[in-house]
Amino acid sequence: MKIAIASGKGGTGKTTLSTNLASFLAESNNVVLTDLDVEEPNSGLFLKSELLHQEDKHKMIPVWDSTACTLCGNCQQVCNYHAVLRILDDIMVFPELCHSCYACSELCPTNSLPMQAKKMGELRHFKTPKFDFIESRLIIGEEQAVPLIKQTLDYIDTNFTDDYIKIFDSPPGTSCPVIEATKDADLVILITEPTPFGFNDLKLAIDTMYELKKSFAVVINRYGIGNKDVDNYCDKKNIPIIARIPNDRKIAELYSNGELLYDKIVEVKQQLESVSNYINTLK
Amino acid sequence: MREIVVISGKGGTGKTSITASLAVLAGEDVVVADCDVDAADMHILLQPKNSVSEDFYSGELAVINQDICTQCGACFDVCRFDAIDVNDGVHIVDELSCEGCGYCARVCPVDAITNIPLNVGKWHIAKTRFNQHFVHAKLGIGADNSGKLVAQVKNVAKEIAIKENKQFVLVDGSPGVGCPVVSSLSGANFVVLVTEPTVSGLHDLKRVFELVNKFHIKAGCIINKADLNLDKANEIIKFLKDENIVHLANIPYDESFTEAMTECKTIVEIENSKIKHLINDAWQLINKNI
Repeated sequence: MKIAIASGKGGTGKTTLSTNLASFLAESNNVVLTDLDVEEPNSGLFLKSELLHQEDKHKMIPVWDSTACTLCGNCQQVCNYHAVLRILDDIMVFPELCHSCYACSELCPTNSLPMQAKKMGELRHFKTPKFDFIESRLIIGEEQAVPLIKQTLDYIDTNFTDDYIKIFDSPPGTSCPVIEATKDADLVILITEPTPFGFNDLKLAIDTMYELKKSFAVVINRYGIGNKDVDNYCDKKNIPIIARIPNDRKIAELYSNGELLYDKIVEVKQQLESVSNYINTLK
Repeated sequence: MREIVVISGKGGTGKTSITASLAVLAGEDVVVADCDVDAADMHILLQPKNSVSEDFYSGELAVINQDICTQCGACFDVCRFDAIDVNDGVHIVDELSCEGCGYCARVCPVDAITNIPLNVGKWHIAKTRFNQHFVHAKLGIGADNSGKLVAQVKNVAKEIAIKENKQFVLVDGSPGVGCPVVSSLSGANFVVLVTEPTVSGLHDLKRVFELVNKFHIKAGCIINKADLNLDKANEIIKFLKDENIVHLANIPYDESFTEAMTECKTIVEIENSKIKHLINDAWQLINKNI
């Protein structure tokens, strides 16, 4: 079963929920946690783990080989991203604009733009005492998160069987990285806080889930601050709220030190049990 | 005209609340731009009026004309994004996966595929309740060109600032280090980093600063919830010193921040707020360093 933890707004508790839920569920299930927030991966900061395996991840970009090139300019014409330009007697490639569609390379009449691998990030596979943890991180300056997310999902599919509960800590927002991180999930848990910002971004995230036709549920974090708009909205739309994690400075302090919560704060454990019960009804 | 960009790496550190507060302090000499086009929130605090909206088109989407298509599969063979689905032998485009590269249309032997321009969102020009020009946007769901929409919002804000002779463009950026953030940094004169003294706050600050460094932009930092964890706060302060980042303010952990937001106000509008002075000091320091 694949469970993605997502949110429109950043900083609402995706990583807190992902790491605590993974640890909690791992007491009686096979669990693999994957951090797909490749721009700012944080889950690993909360886990004691041992590195099992590491690999570089690449994206494919064209590299100009001038030997047979006739400077016909076809490459420039077929590139919709302006990533290949002919300037006088040179063909210039801008890797950060390239989407690796291969059109310039495969449509080149003289095969002068062979595709080559360019490192965009690293994937690490860790073992915590109770579960597997995978993290990918984008190299600073690389702009496209989606190809790295895609390759990380492939790694999970290849290395873990379907009896695992696969938890994905997703990036914030509603654009392409989130779509990639949630589109294969059996359940998306949207975590929010009961404030005007949290509510506004939750509605965007909910619209995204409707668009993707995803099964989803809501967890409210820092419950007790703000107002009741999130509760009322979910009631009205028949969206299940499967946990309410209380607002508590103690939780913020534990979090600040990179500590897990569920074994220290009984209310958090109770809320995770509630999430776990909901997941069991879907199995 | 000087451009100030507020970013954080990590989400939820108080970036938008602080940007809106700085905007209030800057008065009418500022054009405000919300470049967190994925999950824009600043309008909640600044309550723009008299909005003029425009559609934003960027990139393309492949469309197959089934009357012409022979279902030969050439498009399927070349698509690197798994965006051509085959349903009972019929080739269709998966709109969310299509990246608009146009390769399929180029290899289609019967010209059954066309690329249509993609409406990826809307951008708006308005006036805030403080009578400032405000440019913001909303990216369409799952849209792919957030970096380009960010650039559009920024360019419009800059044009207004030049035309109206405003001293500052104040930009609220998005979390992360990817394309929208890169886009919001380009051309900036000063970067305000908003962080919090947590393991993840510091981790993400370091990564996003590595990106800022590539642009050689002068940076300052506001530590929000500074008293939550003094050891971590000191670690951040040491990092700021080592990297020559201006330490703009320490803001205490204070739930009046959230209370102000719940009333759709900025914290600097709350009477007798100690935080108001801290943010005001930060604004003065930004002015001195820009």
